[in-house]
Amino acid sequence: MMLDTQRPDRTELLSKTQICAELENLASYINNARHEIAALRPTDINTDHIPRATDELDAVVGATEEATNKIMDICDEIGEVVGSCSPEIAAKLNDFTTRIFEACNFQDITGQRITKVVQTLKQIDVKVTDLLKIFGNGTAADKDSLAVRTGEAALLNGPALPQDAVDQDDIDRLMSDT
Amino acid sequence: MAVNMDMNILIIDDYKTMLRIIENLLKQLGFRNIHQATDGSSALVKLGETKFDLIISDWNMQPMTGLQLLKEVRSSDKFKAIPFIMVTAESKPENVIAAKQAGVNNYIIKPFNAETLKQKLIAVLGAF
Repeated sequence: MMLDTQRPDRTELLSKTQICAELENLASYINNARHEIAALRPTDINTDHIPRATDELDAVVGATEEATNKIMDICDEIGEVVGSCSPEIAAKLNDFTTRIFEACNFQDITGQRITKVVQTLKQIDVKVTDLLKIFGNGTAADKDSLAVRTGEAALLNGPALPQDAVDQDDIDRLMSDT
Repeated sequence: MAVNMDMNILIIDDYKTMLRIIENLLKQLGFRNIHQATDGSSALVKLGETKFDLIISDWNMQPMTGLQLLKEVRSSDKFKAIPFIMVTAESKPENVIAAKQAGVNNYIIKPFNAETLKQKLIAVLGAF
């Protein structure tokens, strides 16, 4: 005669069967995902797409920098002839060149925004590499790639998007708060 | 006391175009002696070579940031009295607070115009 304690519980058996079935489904799902990812040729992201995108963005920064410098060269040339103009005209020319220099701020801001995009692309590159390691070699992801910035490093965020931007008046209020 | 327009001003930014913009705006305001550095470390070298009366620095630079430079300046007996203005795109309140705590005299966010630069210079140096 079998004791009650030795008899397998029917619910327990059912749940073990269910767990096995779920694990099989999960394994099959992962296997399918692996094949689908392989079909997408994810190595292209590392070897082609991201390097290409970062090069293009670097070229944008280079081109805007070159154009900005040319604009400022012309401002310098205008500055050289200002002395030979009447005081009224000279004042106007100085005002125009000041406004051009102010407008040239854009190059620094766009450059910083593009640098942020390049950093994001590099993060994606690291994540893709990690996924490739997991799916390809079965090795664990690099812990460094998931590092969270803390301390002073967390304060380096570059220009805010227009909708999140803080204006100079807000900064002045913060500076004057005791 | 009138501001000495021959004072030595050190401007620091890793974008050469921004250095040029700030230098030109300062010249148009009448300042004549403007020196440049492209990061905090090279700024410290220049501070050791010349007596400066004002520092205008960007924040986001490598290898030494503007905040690190500010802390170095404020911890040095030789440089701690030099007025320091931060000109940066880092506009979060925590950035302003960190800079204030480190001893910044004023804070300008990019993009800025000549009038804002002039106002902040007057606030730090006095009328000119």
